[in-house]
Amino acid sequence: MTVTLELGLIYAIMALGVYLTFRILNFPDLTVDQSFTTGAATAAILIVNYEFDPVLALGAAFIAGALAGIVTGLLHAKGGINPLLAGILTMLALYSINLRIMGNRANVPLLGHDTLYTWFGNNGITGWTLILVLAIIVLIVKLALDWFLGTDMGLGLQATGDNEEMVRSFGVSTDAMKIVGLAVSNGLVGLAGAFIAQKQGSSDISMGIGLILVGLASVILGQALFKNRFVDRFADSVVGRFIFGTRNREVLIATTAVIIGSIIYRAAVQGALAVGFNPNDMRLISAIIVVIALLIPRWRIRTKSKTAPKSTVNQAFQETTDAKA
Amino acid sequence: MLKLSNINKTFFPNSINERVALADVNLELADGDFVTVIGSNGAGKSTVLNTIAGKVTPDTGTVSIAGKNVTRMKDYKRAKYVGRVFQDPMAGTSPDLTIEQNMALAERRGMRRGLAFGITKSKRQRFAEELEVLELGLEKRLSAKVGLLSGGQRQALSLLMATFSKPKILLLDEHTAALDPERARLVTHLTEKVVAEQRLTTLMVTHNMAQALEVGNRLIMMHEGRIILDVAGEQKAAMTVDDLLAQFASIKDADISDRTLLQ
Repeated sequence: MTVTLELGLIYAIMALGVYLTFRILNFPDLTVDQSFTTGAATAAILIVNYEFDPVLALGAAFIAGALAGIVTGLLHAKGGINPLLAGILTMLALYSINLRIMGNRANVPLLGHDTLYTWFGNNGITGWTLILVLAIIVLIVKLALDWFLGTDMGLGLQATGDNEEMVRSFGVSTDAMKIVGLAVSNGLVGLAGAFIAQKQGSSDISMGIGLILVGLASVILGQALFKNRFVDRFADSVVGRFIFGTRNREVLIATTAVIIGSIIYRAAVQGALAVGFNPNDMRLISAIIVVIALLIPRWRIRTKSKTAPKSTVNQAFQETTDAKA
Repeated sequence: MLKLSNINKTFFPNSINERVALADVNLELADGDFVTVIGSNGAGKSTVLNTIAGKVTPDTGTVSIAGKNVTRMKDYKRAKYVGRVFQDPMAGTSPDLTIEQNMALAERRGMRRGLAFGITKSKRQRFAEELEVLELGLEKRLSAKVGLLSGGQRQALSLLMATFSKPKILLLDEHTAALDPERARLVTHLTEKVVAEQRLTTLMVTHNMAQALEVGNRLIMMHEGRIILDVAGEQKAAMTVDDLLAQFASIKDADISDRTLLQ
């Protein structure tokens, strides 16, 4: 239980990054698979070779990830390269760069060095207390992202993923917005990578492979669960208004959904392991989870229209969901 | 205010698809001019607007706005001077953002976009006042998603967003063409009101000849990339749709059916 929550919360930071590119910018960014390792490698090498403070190492990991995002952004915005290809190119190049960062090794162990986790252990932050601390950290990241997306710049970024022509006609440089978005996104991914490296006690060249799927699964699972009228109704209530506000509600609900989605994804993975699948099956299971999450909304509409075809409420609901799809 | 000198533009030059979009276009708009633009499909009307907005870079010639040469200026930088409303009601707003977020975005036309809150109490109040002008009740739905609005409401909002941020030039590209007649009348009415109030220099493309004669103080007709008629003031006021059709008919080599013009 605590393992599920712990991993779910840490990977939620990465999932928030994926949400930023995938949902807000509408940019399927595959850089994530390696920028995660870039963050982990940067933090690990700074801690091992330069005795860096573990928290500062997290900051450095954010910057390293952000740089990777900027490269992808430049390839796409200035070079006119297709988003998917730009991401793949950076991802491939980063594999070599990550090996370089780690001193031409595939693995940098952190044993015997001070990390965030040794600090947690020394101060008795374990078990549920650790979950609480991690929840607060993730909440801070979420709030920072919420705030950023609600600023003048953030609105420009949101609209860039929504209607490029329109934001340009109001003087927003969509190129700049995409680069900023990719930088912040991959910065968050790098941050999560550094966190995981400190948790597992090593940075490994293959630790990020397939992570884009984990991020997508979290985003899509969260959305599948949160995009319904119950959440909308709740958001309209007094408590909902207090939690999600009215200024940037869509984003606040979505980032919450992403965090919940990340935890549910972990629970699903742990469940699969518990019923006898082995870790080698994880990619397959991740893919199946994503497919199921993508199919839930369609399936929901079909069963509803079968059971109550004449209900106007359902029809209206159907129309809105259809319009969204 | 706006000056186009010797603009030439050829699409796909030296290929089998070569098409002359603009040929030697010269156009000068005084401050506060409201010009309607008519012409058959492919006459170059949209290309003129795109050239002014910076979407199309001319092969030769210069574009200057308020005495400033902007020929090489990128479209998003030129947006500081140029407001646009598109034909498609979906094109002028961001559907996933709320009404107030869209307006906050529009309000910062040509300004730096920093890390200050996009929506504040005072902005909300200001936006509500602006929206009241539309008389569509949108001022009560500030935090509703724009994607939920009807086409007419979205187009009215687009018009408001394009204009309340004080551009120097307003470009309207058949912005009533996709609306039903009643909504089209409403948006046309709003257009005249806003343009008059803010004394905006406006260029409006339309397929509706009656509308072209009705609004604005000047009318230009385009054909095959050239401006073939330019009337203003009383001369324009005295014109009828039949006069315009006669003008069209008098152009040699032009095979234009009345139906495409009057649609």
